[in-house]
Amino acid sequence: MATVPKFDQVKVGDAIKPIVLPPISRHQLALYCGGSGDHNPIHVDIDFAKKFGFKDVFAHGMLSMGFLGRLVTSYAPRDRIRKLGTRFTSITWVGDVITLSGKVTGKREENGEKLIDLEIKCTNQNGQDTLQGHATVAAA
Amino acid sequence: MQLDKKHVGHEFKAFTTAVEAGRVKLFCKAIGEEDPIYVDEAAAKAAGYRALPVPPTFLQAITNDDPEKGGLLRLLNVDIGLILHGEQHYDYYAPVHVGDRITCQQKVVDIYDKKGGALWFVVSETSMKDQTGKPVAKATGITVVRNPDAGKK
Repeated sequence: MATVPKFDQVKVGDAIKPIVLPPISRHQLALYCGGSGDHNPIHVDIDFAKKFGFKDVFAHGMLSMGFLGRLVTSYAPRDRIRKLGTRFTSITWVGDVITLSGKVTGKREENGEKLIDLEIKCTNQNGQDTLQGHATVAAA
Repeated sequence: MQLDKKHVGHEFKAFTTAVEAGRVKLFCKAIGEEDPIYVDEAAAKAAGYRALPVPPTFLQAITNDDPEKGGLLRLLNVDIGLILHGEQHYDYYAPVHVGDRITCQQKVVDIYDKKGGALWFVVSETSMKDQTGKPVAKATGITVVRNPDAGKK
């Protein structure tokens, strides 16, 4: 479990330990459909996906954002997360192998809190970023 | 296809939903989250939480509990097969735990197009408050709508 980062010890440029995920499976998309309440059939029903011009079903963007949440909570405890955001920059397909990575981009104080800004991303097996995100956590 | 910018400012009906342990457990399984603090009360308390916390993006599961889900697409008259998620941002003001009752209020804050109307962007904000009325989070989402008429003469 993550411990609270110590503001004085954190340096801009510090990397978060990357996480390599197992390949995205159709089963995982079905679980996320139920767990998230996002019932858009485009993620689980190949007939529906083809009807709208896609070659196959593809992962919910928010599933990948959930992965980014895991990355950030591996760096700082859940109750220290102040912001988490992302752009969804390309589609994640079934079978893709996603690597989560991130680094410290800034340190600042705001409203009496010592904040650390992070750049975080999901990258597929071809080196293409699928999500480009950011997070802010409160340090000690 | 063209989206009507008159919908900017539209406020959807607020709703309240309970945060359930079983739902959080399924959500964790789906994203591969194995930290026991989300499913084991003893682990959560040992880590300093008053009850089971929820993963950062579980807020999406809360907002998806809207009994009138799909309201944005109905308002804009857009087919669900044409949308993509462009961006999502969360601001966290206070922790959310299993057992909390969260009230969500969504509004449309911007509508614009790019690539000569081939893509439309709808920005919405959802404020989230707990059972005491305290703001716990703000969710900002950008929905991208693919224009099925793009490229046709």
